Order: sequence, then structure tokens, then C-alpha cells
Amino acid sequence: MQTKNIPLEELKSVVGEKHFREATAEDAVEGLEPSFVVEPGSVEETSELMRLAARDGLVVAPRGGGTKMHLGDPPRELDLIVSTTRMDEVIEYVPGDQVVRVQSGIKLEDVQEHLSGSNQMLAVDPPERGATVGGVVAANASGPRRFRYGTIRDLIIGITVVLHDGTVAKAGSKVVKNVAGYDLSKLFTGSLGTLGIIATANFRLHPIPEASRTVAVEVESPQAAGEAAQALMRSQVEPTSVELDWSEENRLLTVLVESIPSGVEAKAETASFLLRPFGEVRELSDEEQPGPPPGEVAVKITAPPAELADVLGTILAAAERRDLAHPNITGHAASGVTFVGLSGEEEASAHFVNEMREIWVRRGGSVTLQRAPLALKNRVGTWDNGGDYLGLIRRVKEKFDPRGGLNPGRFVGGI
Amino acid sequence: MTPWEEAHMERDRLIGAMESILGSEGVISEREQLRSYECDGLMNYRVVPDLVVLPETAEHVQRIVKTCFEEGIPFVARGSGTGLSGGALPVESGVLIVLSRMRKILEVDIPNQRVVVEPGVINVWVSQEVADEGYYYAPDPASQIVSSIGGNLAENSGGVHCLKYGFTTNHVMGAEVVLPDGSVVHIGGGRSPDAPGYDLLGAFVGSEGTLGIATKITLRIVRKPESVRTLLAAFKDTEEAGEAVSGIIGEGIVPAAIEMMDALTIEAVEVAVSPGFPQAGAVLIVELDGPEAEVADQFERVIKICEEAGASEIRVAEDEEERALFWKGRKAAFGAMGRIANDYYVQDSVVPRTELGPVLKKISELSEKHGLRVANVFHAGDGNLHPLVLYDNDAPGEAERAEELAGEIVFACLEHGGSLTGEHGIGEDKKKYMPKMFTTDDMNVMQLLRCAFDPHQISNPGKIFPTPRLCGERPGPFRMHPLQKAGIVEQF
Repeated sequence: MQTKNIPLEELKSVVGEKHFREATAEDAVEGLEPSFVVEPGSVEETSELMRLAARDGLVVAPRGGGTKMHLGDPPRELDLIVSTTRMDEVIEYVPGDQVVRVQSGIKLEDVQEHLSGSNQMLAVDPPERGATVGGVVAANASGPRRFRYGTIRDLIIGITVVLHDGTVAKAGSKVVKNVAGYDLSKLFTGSLGTLGIIATANFRLHPIPEASRTVAVEVESPQAAGEAAQALMRSQVEPTSVELDWSEENRLLTVLVESIPSGVEAKAETASFLLRPFGEVRELSDEEQPGPPPGEVAVKITAPPAELADVLGTILAAAERRDLAHPNITGHAASGVTFVGLSGEEEASAHFVNEMREIWVRRGGSVTLQRAPLALKNRVGTWDNGGDYLGLIRRVKEKFDPRGGLNPGRFVGGI
Repeated sequence: MTPWEEAHMERDRLIGAMESILGSEGVISEREQLRSYECDGLMNYRVVPDLVVLPETAEHVQRIVKTCFEEGIPFVARGSGTGLSGGALPVESGVLIVLSRMRKILEVDIPNQRVVVEPGVINVWVSQEVADEGYYYAPDPASQIVSSIGGNLAENSGGVHCLKYGFTTNHVMGAEVVLPDGSVVHIGGGRSPDAPGYDLLGAFVGSEGTLGIATKITLRIVRKPESVRTLLAAFKDTEEAGEAVSGIIGEGIVPAAIEMMDALTIEAVEVAVSPGFPQAGAVLIVELDGPEAEVADQFERVIKICEEAGASEIRVAEDEEERALFWKGRKAAFGAMGRIANDYYVQDSVVPRTELGPVLKKISELSEKHGLRVANVFHAGDGNLHPLVLYDNDAPGEAERAEELAGEIVFACLEHGGSLTGEHGIGEDKKKYMPKMFTTDDMNVMQLLRCAFDPHQISNPGKIFPTPRLCGERPGPFRMHPLQKAGIVEQF
């Protein structure tokens, strides 16, 4: 059903016939099907598209690799998907500066491939394959390495964005150290396409460590997991990641150490020594390392890292009460991030989420639906209500996207 | 009633309102006392504030800001006043909110590696507080023994160790903020990561006091490294030293710090604090830290790289005392300029590391052209230059020439793909250069953020942006101070 006047010919002439098509069911965002998909090839084309969209009141959802389209509440409206995947170039890479500038539609793995020739990397490792750099930034996707390197907000140093009306603006620069002007790169990180379309991004890079080892301890109880994570946090081992994997088969706390070859042995030995009091310790090969949690429903719980045992304890207790058998629990144990994979009745999952919110939002954390069937989302919402900053978030949204033309309704507080 | 009388009455009323919040000892209104707040660490700019207030609690700050908002009076927050860009320069007919009485360390949470402080807490106190537990606070601006955490947050301060550990923005995890309308928000997760919603904290850190005032700040503390090794290497010139820097980075080593000083800086530092640095065209200080096995191996590689680049002398700090001496020499560099010149003008531009060579050459050409000496001391690892233009304020025309030269250095850095400022901030000082780095659209979009936080632009107005953008609000409570309106503001 097409209720709006969509300027087909003008849109086509901006991107070329080839890069404009009618949407299919596969393009639907949480059940809402857009009318068309456009693929701009440059910042200028993106800007022109957004100018037309603003003129005719079209509602846009930006899309990169499409790996995180399930994150967020269903959009209130949707006319166009603006796909960034044709903007897939490395703009500039000078290894000696340890900085890379890329177009947002390039896949993260392609960037890594490009950098690996100079033994460098963009130090993020979200689990999804096929994610674009722009998508990683917009969704604030992270992985185990965040313990050592921080998240993408700590690595992004510059950005070019296209606003709802086609305005193109940049912030930051291509030098790692820069405090000129407001840090819009961070504001756009995790903004889920609600403030503008990310067109290019600049990142600081790190050398690829020469050697790595993964050591794991089999833990008996949530307490042991919590204490083992604390032992690593308090050590001088400088772990790259500390991961939890708690399911029917496994109860592992895993630590990745990286260094030069001579350093990594010492680090692995120290890590093993530290973990021994908490259970049986062994080295893991690459194949054995846990992946993202399976399950139809994935809940992300953030809490202070020292409360890991409590987080685990409350998850297990709530799951048992709700007859949610064997939740798959994974997480960045030393960073305070835990994921719960659930399979079970919608009713039970809803109660579980509400109970977790009752406990962890009150204790300063957050509980987010990373992935869930629509019915569950409609029932409990993807996000918490946010804190006392919700009004401020709304004002930011109103300033950057006053007409609500970008992903309306998907993010915190219905923005 | 004459405008003069009316103005005085309004001022007296404001003083009364502030005294009812703070008591009379928390309000400074005498001209002579106000003078001591007329500038921050950058003394080229001076404005005497209308009123100085000294809150002791977050609630005080909230009530002060609320009063300012209701009266339409602009305010500027100030920490220790050590900033180098005029960020804490008062505004005429405005209130200066000095946070130096808010100096409590509120919480130390070792298991979560967090410390919660009030904004007036001095940077180095945080490290001292947690030292016994084996932790420290990583951002270490040269001013760290006097500068405040609130000021560090406002400026997103760097320091010599930010190459490996990042900047203030990577270490501030949460903040309680009084917004310019007097309301209070808590942004950033604090102890919990990934607070849902926009990264308001990321946008707030480094906003130079234009988005509100942080009254409670949650910091990340870092475990002390097992091993720290520091060396000092002397080279023929900055080019040779630069080759060593490239060599180290090229090896995939991430040092905790790499600092460079040129001959003129070494000379000044020697006169000032006698660290016993070798006489050389350039000196590098390289520090590595981390697990023992890793550091020992990489340190040997650094020594080899320095030798291959042509180092005439390499000194390895044998103990903590010698290490402290190296750093004393480096951290004294700015102050030491007073020993070899009457006045100096410091810039804070950044260039991509690989452009250091050409930019240093350009600086020496510019120095010759203007007939003024330029000392170079900088964070070589991240390309953050601190060219110090030396001049004599009493010599006719020299101050103007110095400023012109400093400006040309900034432009040269921008031409080579750099930034106006790496850690000092834009403030009052560099806002005129902003259009050289950003388009009008860039700056307008940045100011959308300002409009969301401070639609009436009463929080540190006039800083960062050369042309303030109107927020499209209905006329707000902001109005001109009556004394200014009456055109008699200079009379008191």
C-alpha cells in the first residue's frame, strides 16, 4: 500500500536505475515492509536522497549489512531503506599513523583484511559476520576484546553524517588526539540510525598481537565464576578478554591473553595459576571457543562487573521459576555484560525480562532485548525506560531529526 | 530610578539570592577579589566576572544554576583555573561558579575499578587514593598536581601516557550533571556499561563547560603495571629522533609514552630544573609498561631501534628516582621557557605522526621568517605538537608577530591533515581558527547538540564556536545584564 507520493524518477536519477528497487518481504523491519530500497554510492548521493525524503516527508531506515535490524522496537513508519553497502571503500590508510578512514558500508571483515597486511587491526570483534562498519558504529556492537580495547566509541575518531534533510556534517578528524569541537562521533555511536546516516568513519588502530593463548576454568557455581573474574581483574596480566559461557554443557570462564611470543607464555601461566582455586583449568583451542548464545530470545543484562555472581544467580533463579529450561548464558564477564538466550513460552520470557528489570535497573544496570519475536517486544519493549536523562535524549532527537524521518519509534523512549 | 541605580539594585538582589544559597562566605562580589578570577591558565584574555560563587555541594550548584537560568544570567564553571585555551574565562555580567570547594572523593570501589569524585578533586589525588590497592588513574596532564577532575572532564585532557591508555573521555564512566536549566541528569552507566540511549556522556566530555556542570564524576581506575621501563635517548636532530619514533611504532610496540624535546627546550629545562639531560639536538623519553616478560623484550627492541636511528646516548632509568628525574625535565618544559624568554605563546596542534618531519621543517622555516625562536616539546607518539613561540612582550610588535607565527603553525598542521588542538581545547583562544578545520554546516550541526542541552546558551557562552547559532526557541529568559544594558558595566 502506497499512501505517500514517492518521487520514483527523482530517486532513480540520484542513484541510477540499478540501485533502486521495490522492497520485498525480506526488507521488512520488525514486520513493517518499506516501499523501496535505494543504494547510494556516495555521500553526495546520500545527501540528495535525504533532501528528497525530507521534501516529500518520507521515513527512512538506514541499513548496512542488515545483521542488527532486529535490534530495537518496530518502526512507527517506514518508506525507504537507504542501504550503505555500495559505499564500501577504504578512503585512506597510512599504517604509520595507525589510522584508517573508511566509507560506512564496508564490511568489518574487509577492513580487517585490508589492515592485516600491515599487522594492524580495528580492535572490535562483534560476533556477527557481514556487519558493516557503519552498522557496528550505529548499533554500538562489541565483542570480547572490549575488556582490553574498549568499545567502538573508544576507537572512533572522526565521522561524516548525513542528517534527515540532507545536511552533510563532519566531526573529529583523522588524528587520534583531537579535542576541537563537540565529539559527535560518540553521539552517533549507538544511535541506531535515529540521528542521521553515518557516511564515513575514522578509527584509531592497534597492532595485531603476535601470539595468543586461551585459558579456561570449569566453575562450579556462580560464586566461583564471580571470584575467578575478580582474580583476573585484579591481576597484572592485562587480559584481552574474560568471557563467561554457562549452559547445560559448559560452565566456563575463559581468559584470552595476547602478547609477544615470550610474553604470552608467562601471561598464560599466570592466568592458569590465578584460576586454579576456582576449578579445573585447561587451555582452549580456537575451535572450542564459545559463540553467541542460541535461542529465539536474547536478553542483554548490564551490571557492575563485581556483581557477576549475583547476575548469574538471579538469572538462574528466575529461569527456574518460569520453567525456562537451561538458559544459555554468555557474556563479557569482566566488563559487566551478560547475554541470556531463552527458549520457552512467551509468557515465561516476558516475566523473566520484567523480573530482571525489576532487579538490575534498580541496581544501576540495564536489561535490553537483543533479539525477540515481535509479540514479546510488543509486550515488554526492547529497552528500559532509560534514566532521568530520557528528556535530554528526546531533545537531542528533536534537534537532529525534528520531523522524525529516521527510524522513528525504534530506540529508547520511543524516539 | 536611574539605570545605574536600577542595575545596582538588580545586582544586589542577585548577591542576596546567592548568599541565601551559600552564605556570605560563599559569594565574592568585591572588585579587588573578583580580579583574581579574571583569567585561567591563558593570561592573554581577561574578563572580570560580575560575581564569583563557591558552592560546596551538588545541591548548591543546582540552586545557583537554577537562579541564573531564571534570571537569564550567563555562568561559567571553573575548576583549578589551569586551562590553556581560556575555557574558564569569565563572561562579562556573568557568574563564575568556582568548584574548588567540592573536593571530596566520595567512593572507592576497587572490585568494579571505579572511583567517584566531586569535580574539584585534584587529578593526582585519585591515583594517590588508590595507590595502596595497586591502582591509578591513567590520564595525567602535565598540570595533574593542580588541575581538577571537573576541568579535565570539560577539556577531555590528555597527558603523556594517553598513547597507550587513552584520554579523559576513555576514563570517565558516568557523571551527575546540572543542566543549564538547573535540572539534574545522570549520564553514562557509571559502574554498569552500555547505558541505553545516546552516548550523552561521550558528547559531554570535552564540551568545555558549554553543556552544563558535572557535580559527581565516576572514573575508571587502572591496575598498576607489573613493570615500567623508561629510557632517554639523545639524537642529532628531531628528524633522527622522529625516525626512532616511526621505528618503534612500526614494530607494533605501543609504548606508554614517547615524548620529544628539541635543543631549545632541553636548554631551557636544564636552566630551570637541571635534570642533567644530554646536550643534543633532540631528546626522546620512551616508557614501556605492562607484564614483565613483555616489557623486558620490547624494551631491548626499543633500545636497538634508537641505536639504529643514530642515538648518540641512551640512558636507562635505573630506579624510580631516575625515572622521576626524566619526567621532571619533561613536565617542567612549559614553565622553563620563562628562563630563556620573557614571554611565550603555546600551541597545541596535532598532525598525523607520519607528517611530523615535514611539519617540524615548516615550523623552523616559519620561525626564521618571523625572526622568533620556537621551542618544540611534544607527544611524539600521537603527533601532538606543543610549539612554544618565544617573544618579548616589551619589544614593540613582537607579541603580534608571535601570534601571527603561532597561527601560521596551526595552519601548517591543518594542511598536513591535523587538528587545531589535541588536549588544551578551543575555548576563547582558538575559536577564530575553527572555520579552518570545520565547515559552517559542521559547526551548525555540532551546535544542535548545544541547543538540546542549553537552548538559551547561558552555560559558558561565546566559547568554542566563532558564530553562536540561535536555537530557534521562543525568546527565553536570557536577557542582558542591566548594567550592560545601561552601558555602564565598566564602571564597577
